[in-house]
Amino acid sequence: MSSRFKKTLSAILFASITAISLFTTANAKPSGVECIAPAGAGGGWDFTCRVPAAQVMGQLGLIDGTMKVTNMSGAGGGKAFSHVVAKRSDDQNLIVAASMATAARLGQNVYAGFTAADVRWVGALGADYGAIAVHRDSKFKTLGDLVEAMRNDPRRTAIVGGSSAGGWDHLKMLILADKAGIKDLKAINYISFDNGGTAMLEVISKRADAFTGDISELVDYFKKGDIRILAILAPERIGALDGVQTAKEQGFDVIGANWRGFYAPKNVSQARYNEWVDIVRKVAESSQWSDLAAKNGLAPFASFGGDFETFVGGQIDLVGKISKDLGFMK
Amino acid sequence: MLPGIGPVNAIAVLFPIVYSLGVPPATVLILFAGVYYGAQYGNSISSILLNVPGTSASAVTAIDGYALAKKGFGGKALAMSAVASFVGGTISIFFLALFAPLLAKLAINFGPAEYTVLMVFAFVALSSFSLGSLAKAIISAFLGLAIATIGIDSTTGVSRLTFGMLELYDGIDFIVVVIGFFAVSELLYILMEDQKIKTPIQSVTSLMISIKEITASIVSILRSCVSGFLVGVLPGAGGTIASFIAYATEKKLLTDKNEFGKGDLRGVAAPESANNSASVGAFIPLLILGVPGSETTAVMLGGLISFGIKPGPLLLENNPEIFWGLAASMFIGNFFLIILNLPLVGLFARILQTPRWILMPMIMMLCIVGAYTINGSEFDVILIMIFGLVGYIMRRAEFPLAPLVLGVVLGGLIETNFRRAMIYSHGSVSIFFDSAICITLWFMAVASLLVPSIMKKVKIK
Repeated sequence: MSSRFKKTLSAILFASITAISLFTTANAKPSGVECIAPAGAGGGWDFTCRVPAAQVMGQLGLIDGTMKVTNMSGAGGGKAFSHVVAKRSDDQNLIVAASMATAARLGQNVYAGFTAADVRWVGALGADYGAIAVHRDSKFKTLGDLVEAMRNDPRRTAIVGGSSAGGWDHLKMLILADKAGIKDLKAINYISFDNGGTAMLEVISKRADAFTGDISELVDYFKKGDIRILAILAPERIGALDGVQTAKEQGFDVIGANWRGFYAPKNVSQARYNEWVDIVRKVAESSQWSDLAAKNGLAPFASFGGDFETFVGGQIDLVGKISKDLGFMK
Repeated sequence: MLPGIGPVNAIAVLFPIVYSLGVPPATVLILFAGVYYGAQYGNSISSILLNVPGTSASAVTAIDGYALAKKGFGGKALAMSAVASFVGGTISIFFLALFAPLLAKLAINFGPAEYTVLMVFAFVALSSFSLGSLAKAIISAFLGLAIATIGIDSTTGVSRLTFGMLELYDGIDFIVVVIGFFAVSELLYILMEDQKIKTPIQSVTSLMISIKEITASIVSILRSCVSGFLVGVLPGAGGTIASFIAYATEKKLLTDKNEFGKGDLRGVAAPESANNSASVGAFIPLLILGVPGSETTAVMLGGLISFGIKPGPLLLENNPEIFWGLAASMFIGNFFLIILNLPLVGLFARILQTPRWILMPMIMMLCIVGAYTINGSEFDVILIMIFGLVGYIMRRAEFPLAPLVLGVVLGGLIETNFRRAMIYSHGSVSIFFDSAICITLWFMAVASLLVPSIMKKVKIK
C-alpha cells in the first residue's frame, strides 16, 4: 500500500467519523438507526423492519439517513433477544421487530430466562387476526359445531396450523377451547406444519378437519370458494371477508391478534423511548402505512408506549397460563 | 459462486433495491428467477471444483463432480453440469407451462403419509451410496439422523439435544453440515496427505465434452429431469431430495461400466438436471398454491406480497402475465446461462491450477464466509470446524460421508411426516397403503432395490 493511498484513506476515515459525530450532535432525530429482524429475509419480522420501519419512517422523514436492517435469525427470535439484552442494552438507536410470537415465547420462558422486563416495548402498528377455517363441504357449519366436536371427540378432530406445537396458531385454538370450557386441552389434536400454506392444503385435501391460522393466509382460498371460514378472532367483522362472523358474535369472546411491533433496549433514555413511541405512532397513523398494511393482509392495530407494555404483559401471562396447563413449559 | 451466498441471500439483497426503483412486479419476478438460476449454477462450480457445495441441492453434484476434478476432468464436469442444467431446465419449463394446474393437484394430494413413503424411497437410495462396508454406511447415516434431531421438535414443541444452547434451538443448517463434512474435512485430508503425495489435484487435461459424452448421458438427463420436476412440485421435498433420487436411480439403472462415486459424468449430469428441473417445479406450489417449495421461493413469496401480488389460488386468474412472464423468462435465462457458461468453463477450471498455498486458504475462507452468512452466526463457523474434524476422522476410518448427508436431509422430513400421518390415522399404519400415490411409491422403492440385481442377471444370460 503506497503511503499516499494510506494518507488519503485515513483522511477519508477521519472526515467521515467527524461528519457522523457532528451529525448526531446537531440533530435531535434518531440517526444511524438500526432495526434487527430476529429472523431471515422474507418472514414477518423481516417485513416489520423493512417496510414500516426502514421504508415508511424514511419516507416520512422521521429518522435521519437510512435505517440499517440486520437479520439475526436463531432460536425463534431468542438469539436477537439475548443479543439485545446482553450486548446492546445501552444502544439508543436500535429497535427490534417483534410480534405475538415474541410475547408467546416470553410467556413460555423459552428465551433462556429473559423476561419482558429486559427490554422496553415501543408499540404495535398492525395485526393479522386469527381465523378458523374448514373445507367448503365440511360438516362443521359454525364455530359452535367445531367446538362441540372438539369437546366430544377431540382425537377424531384433526386441527392443522402453520406453527409448531405450543406456537401461536396452536395457542389460538387452545385459548378458544379454554373459553368454551373444554377441560382437557391436552386431548386436542393439533398437527403442526411448516407454514400456514402447507397446513391449508391439508384442509383443501380433506385430510384435516380444521385450520387455525391468520386471516392473511386464507383470504384467497376463501374468495375462490375452497373453504368456509367459521370465525375470525377479531373485535369486529372485516370487509374483505363477506359474511364471516367473529368468534365473539358466536358466543366465544376470543381475540387472537398476531400484532407486529417493536421493542427497544432496556437502557434507552426516557426521552429517546418517547421519541420512538412517537415515531411508531406516526407511522401507524400515516396513509403510506395503512396502504401497505392492507396490501399485506394486516388490519389496523394500534397500541403504544405504556399501554403497549401493559398489553404485552397481559398476553405473556395468558400464554404462560395455558402453556403451563399443557406442559409446554419447563 | 460463493457457498452460502446462494440464491436466497442474493434475492434478499436485491429485493430492497428493485423495490425502491419501482420496477413492475412481473419484471421483478423475472429478475429473481434469473438470479435463482444463475446462483444455482454458480454453486455447481464450487461443488465440482472445490467440493464446497453452496446449496444443499448441489451436494450430490460434489460427489462425482469433485472426483472428476481430482482426476483432471474438472472442465468436462463443469461443461456437463451446464448442459444437463440447460436440458433439464428447458424441458421442465414446458412441463410448467403445460401441466401447472394439474400438477398443483398432485401437490395437494401429497399428504404426510405420501411424504413418508417418498422419504422411504429416497432412503433406499442409501444403499447405492455405500461403496465399502454396509455397517459403516449405516453408522454414518445414523450420525446424520442424530444431527437432524437437534433443535425444537415441531410436533411437540420440546427441544432436543440443544444442551440449553440458544444457537441449537433452530437445529443445524444443512449447508453447515455439508461444508463441514465435505469441504473442511477434504482440506484437512489433503493437508495431511500432502507429505506423501505431491499433486492430488492434477492439471486440467481436457476442457470440453464431446458429443459422444453428451449422448451417453442424455438418457440420464431426461429421466432425471422428469423425476426432478415431479419431486420439485412437492413443497415438502425440493431440489435436494430430487438430486439424491436422480443420482441413486441412475446409479442403479446404469449397471454397465458405472463409475458412480469415482467420477462418472452421468453422476454430474443426473443431479444437475434434476436439481434445475426441481427448481422450476417449485414454482408450481409457489404460484398456484401460495406455498413456497424452497427457501428461495419463500423469499420470492415475501417479495411478491410486498408488491401487492399474492401468489395463490387466484394468481392464474388475476395476474396471468406473472405466470407466463415467468415461464418465458426462465426459458431465456436458461439459454443465456449456457451461452455464458460454456465458453467460461476453461477459465473456471483453471482455478484448480492456482498454487496450493493460495488455493487451500482461499477455499477455507470461502467455507467460513459461506457458513457465517447462512445465519450471520459465528457459532456456525465453529460447527464447520468441528464437523470438518469429525469428517476427517471418518474419512481416515473409511466411513462414507454421503449417507450422513442423506440422513441429515431426510431425518427431519421422514420423522415429522411419519408422526403427522400417525396422528391422522390414530396410530394405524394402514394410512401408508391407503392412496394410489403411496402404493406407487412403495412399488418404486421395492423396484429400486431389485432392479439392479435383476438387470445384472439378464446381462449375464
